[in-house]
Amino acid sequence: MAVVTRGFTGRGRREVDLPPGQYLTDDFPVLSAGPTPRISLDEWRFEVADGDGTRQAWSWPELLALPSEEITTDIHCVTKWSKRGTHWRGVSLDTLLSGVDSDVGYVMAHSYGGYTTNLPMADVRDGKAWVAYEYEGEPLAPEHGGPARLLVPHLYFWKSAKWVRGLRLMATDEPGFWESAGYHMYGDPWREQRYWGD
Amino acid sequence: MTELATPTRRPLAWRVATVAAVREESVVARTLVLDVPDWPGHIAGQHVDVRLTAPDGYTAQRSYSLASAARASAGYAVSTVEILVQRIPRGEVSPWLCDIAMVGDQFEIRGPVGGYFVWEPSRPEPVLLVAGGSGIAPLMAMIRTRKEAGSRVPFRLIYSVRDPDTLIFGEELARRARDDHGLDVTIVYTRQTPPGWRRPPGRLDAVLLAEAGWPATLAPACYVCGPTGFVETVADLLVAAGHDPAAIRTERFGPTG
Repeated sequence: MAVVTRGFTGRGRREVDLPPGQYLTDDFPVLSAGPTPRISLDEWRFEVADGDGTRQAWSWPELLALPSEEITTDIHCVTKWSKRGTHWRGVSLDTLLSGVDSDVGYVMAHSYGGYTTNLPMADVRDGKAWVAYEYEGEPLAPEHGGPARLLVPHLYFWKSAKWVRGLRLMATDEPGFWESAGYHMYGDPWREQRYWGD
Repeated sequence: MTELATPTRRPLAWRVATVAAVREESVVARTLVLDVPDWPGHIAGQHVDVRLTAPDGYTAQRSYSLASAARASAGYAVSTVEILVQRIPRGEVSPWLCDIAMVGDQFEIRGPVGGYFVWEPSRPEPVLLVAGGSGIAPLMAMIRTRKEAGSRVPFRLIYSVRDPDTLIFGEELARRARDDHGLDVTIVYTRQTPPGWRRPPGRLDAVLLAEAGWPATLAPACYVCGPTGFVETVADLLVAAGHDPAAIRTERFGPTG
């Protein structure tokens, strides 16, 4: 069905396995919908909340006091770039969600600046997701989501919310910011779930 | 960050696009006019995914902003759309689009995509557009849409380029600044200006942004598009000048080859 493009041979025959439609970059492009929020560490909070209000909250020193993990992972952006072997440090969401019932189905990540993104609870537990605050051994830069961002590397990177400020527990799935604008509710790069209906 | 255009609720199919015309826009960028017979229409600011396929089935995808008006451009049928492509050295897709593609060639596109970095003529507030380099593409779609829709919403464009050789849409912008009532265009040259230019080369700063943009008290809708560093700088300047962060929409162009 695909038309062959005259004169196109492709430069990037890759030796590594990437999700469909992705290409490798050595850069770390930035994608955000608005200005980069500047968040004071004195005011920074991470909250886990349900419909009744806040259940648990951590200040910046409290987050840093939790056990952290080093994560080495590939990341895949829906705008087609992938980056291999990125290094992060952060707190596993298993730690931050340890007080949450296992029957909660979904979470909505909320960010400073107003961004949101939805995730199934199963995708942020069992060692699959972190609140990351270091990138390549340095404090996470504001344009890359610092002071802390979600890291959910098995999904397209828009799910790894920058400037994260908390998770809201949800019984049913609801679309977040990009998901309301035509992007996929789940976003598995290996199934190329970029847009609604993929 | 709450206002979104109505997104598509249909799966986005790949459509065959045929190159209908090519316009060189600068030494590094060209417009491809694409004939897409079943094109569903788009909103100014949206982008498309482009997929090139090699004879052995290998494919490569990239995203490109649509530069054409949300309605048909004069002289072209409704089924044509335009993308602006800047050549990325050592890129994979842009060199084909910039150097090899010619009228009659075919590849695939799907879209339109994106419901946030968009402008529709129904919006009443004044508009500030700030472009760096090839970031002009989605903003040009807004300028063209404004004219085609007969909108009288005041537009101000501040467009930063390195030098006259890298100015994209230069002639059209000069013509529209003269003919499109309510559109002001300010070009900023960062390295080298044309002979006799009234402002020495330099980066866009707070003073120029205040002079050529809108005051925050007018609560304009701001659209900033360009390389990451440029967008970071401009968005920070706008916030510092009192603009509501929620009224500043950004699109950052990485090196996407």
